[in-house]
Amino acid sequence: MGSKPTSSGNGRLSVAKTRKLYIDGAFVRSESGRSFVETGPGGVAVNVAWASRKDVRDAVSAARRRLPAWSALTAYNRGQILYRLAEMIESRSGEFAELVLAQEGCGEAAARAEVEAAVDRWVWYAGWTDKIGHLAASVNPVAGPYFNFSLPEPTGVVAVFAPASLLGITSVLAPVMAAGNVAVMVAGERGSLVAASLAEAVATSDFPAGSVNILTGRQPELAGTVSTHRGIDGLDLSGLLPELRAEAESGAAGSVKRVFSEGAPDWTGLPGVSRVLSFVEVKTVWHPIGI
Amino acid sequence: MTSASNDRAAGNAPLAIEYAPAPESKAVVNIRERYQLFIDGSFVPPLQGGYFPTINPATEEPLAEVALAGEDDVDRAVGAARRAFDEVWSPMPGRERAKYIFRIARIIQERARELAVLESIDNGKPIRESRDVDVPLAAAYFFYYAGWADKLEYVRPGPVPGPIGVAGQVIPWNFPLLMAAWKLAPALAAGNTCVLKPAETTPLSALLLAEIFQQAELPPGVANIVTGAGATGAALVAHPGVGKVAFTGSTEVGKQIQGELAGSGKRLTLELGGKAANIIFDDAPIEQAIEGIVNGIYFNQGHVCCAGSRLLVQESIADEVVERLRRRLATLRLGDPLDKNTDIGAINSAAQLEKIRRLSKTGEAEGGISWSSGCALPERGYWFPPTVFTKVEPAHTIAREEIFGPVLSVMTFRTPEEAVQRANNTVYGLSAGVWTEKGSRILWMAERLRAGVVWANTYNRFDPASPFGGFKESGFGREGGRHGLEAYLER
Repeated sequence: MGSKPTSSGNGRLSVAKTRKLYIDGAFVRSESGRSFVETGPGGVAVNVAWASRKDVRDAVSAARRRLPAWSALTAYNRGQILYRLAEMIESRSGEFAELVLAQEGCGEAAARAEVEAAVDRWVWYAGWTDKIGHLAASVNPVAGPYFNFSLPEPTGVVAVFAPASLLGITSVLAPVMAAGNVAVMVAGERGSLVAASLAEAVATSDFPAGSVNILTGRQPELAGTVSTHRGIDGLDLSGLLPELRAEAESGAAGSVKRVFSEGAPDWTGLPGVSRVLSFVEVKTVWHPIGI
Repeated sequence: MTSASNDRAAGNAPLAIEYAPAPESKAVVNIRERYQLFIDGSFVPPLQGGYFPTINPATEEPLAEVALAGEDDVDRAVGAARRAFDEVWSPMPGRERAKYIFRIARIIQERARELAVLESIDNGKPIRESRDVDVPLAAAYFFYYAGWADKLEYVRPGPVPGPIGVAGQVIPWNFPLLMAAWKLAPALAAGNTCVLKPAETTPLSALLLAEIFQQAELPPGVANIVTGAGATGAALVAHPGVGKVAFTGSTEVGKQIQGELAGSGKRLTLELGGKAANIIFDDAPIEQAIEGIVNGIYFNQGHVCCAGSRLLVQESIADEVVERLRRRLATLRLGDPLDKNTDIGAINSAAQLEKIRRLSKTGEAEGGISWSSGCALPERGYWFPPTVFTKVEPAHTIAREEIFGPVLSVMTFRTPEEAVQRANNTVYGLSAGVWTEKGSRILWMAERLRAGVVWANTYNRFDPASPFGGFKESGFGREGGRHGLEAYLER
């Protein structure tokens, strides 16, 4: 499309990177053959894959296939995988800072600070994987000869709409993964380059194929498909355009999806554990006590 | 079980025991000709003046006329609840709120017999169940949550969570008083005020509960009860003054409510339908398992969202289990709900009976083999005998749809993996049962069953300290325990 070829000043033609979708552990173009242009660092035009409804379906299928194996990992193991992603983002912090600067229009120092905060937040959530049980589990003192306990389990496939900033994306994706779910993240008009770069960091971390899927596209086009897809069990609407939220909540009702819809806060503060606890299901087990 | 009863169970001839009628007296309860709405601490007539009948499903005789709340009545009730929230209940110290709720629990215990008889008359459930399960558990829920009212800072780490405001609560007809307790007790303990809408066919025990609120001197407006049908419930959940909606009922209506609340910012919890698998392994304690199967699906005429309506039996013992089950079912006594010997009461309504009959016919038409215990059905009233379907395939309607009646579908499995796959092959995820003597297998199964409650070597147990609620299309949110408070507190 209309990206402008650039040279690095010494007569060498630079090699532009197309930003693809990340589905089932592979970087793919949209099946629709579409792309859109974003302005990257240095004002360079970047081609970004433009996901279709069918790409959403492919991502959900991949996520659902991966769910049993991912949620069966020990919480300790999942925690290490989240921590590994923090390592990958840290090692690419220069690239992320440039993207944040280009996409979010903040100053250089602020961009660096945001990347650091995002790394620290992945680390924070990495530590939660094996502590959620301490918050959400209980042994219940029932009035009878029964051993009765409750444990949190992952909800399943959770779709998250990406906020426009790296820190926002981290704050919605990390809790979903920390709780043991698999994710389909949909990045919209703003922040698509950051989301696509995060996909590259994910791909080089230890997240197994299909556990994290990242799509770039247009929210008005995809919100309906995502919110009504029966293969999706939960929705985080924090990054969805406000005018699309009510319709997405309504679509979620068709299969009784769990919906987290509390707007986009100031992402700089620690977001707490309400998202983690929104995407777990509490299971209670009874057994008689006797001889 | 004694060894003598084991011998009987193993023998061929079913033991015939004649029982003399042993009805509980109706004199303990005074059913009025007409019931009003309970708004702002008083019983008041509906503004539009409409009333509807509630009938005794065991006799089809009208019991009373009950006020039909219109939108204006719902508005009055929500307004009263809001005033009570702002001026009285929310500012009140937790320890004072606690004592009101403790009082309610105590009065339920003191008026237990009256409540049990009224519940059985209006609902059709056996007095043995209303007396031993519904009413004592209702008291227990109030007692349990009363103790939380002054301990909200211990619910979770972080700042002390506040209440939400006015809770609009819509409950079903299968456990009328108990469901009212599940809804009201945690909401009131957390500092909310309530507007409760009981089911159209079973409003009477909630209105007696309203009298108990008066007796307990609960401040006016803290708990309001508006009676009516679907339109009343719809008006309640849609009311802009309601900040929190809690619904127990069908998945179909639950989806409608979730859709209607889209974009409203209201908090919502849903406790919806189920199609639970009750899984019997070949090493299960067989006599206990038979009792568990019976309790799982024939308790409360199968009008239980978590009923074990799909029996999954390991293939090697399937014939034996079905044979023993039939022999056990032949001993169940169906009839007068007020008779203390009755095991199976009346189906709650003509509409529900029609649904059970229709789905049973579909089960036969699709190839299932139906067997019913030979018990005689009374001439008047709504009755359906305990029924077992064999030769059921997972694709059959009766293996997929919630019947909400005393109808069991039997299927088989060979391996634990297949049992899990079949059990989870449903849009629902409320409960499941597992029967085996092997402890590690119980935990392995419990881990894999996608259901909110797993009963291992037991079934249909409930306790106020034990969280209850569904996975998947069985809803979200938990009732019971510390988890049950979260639904009524700010995030």
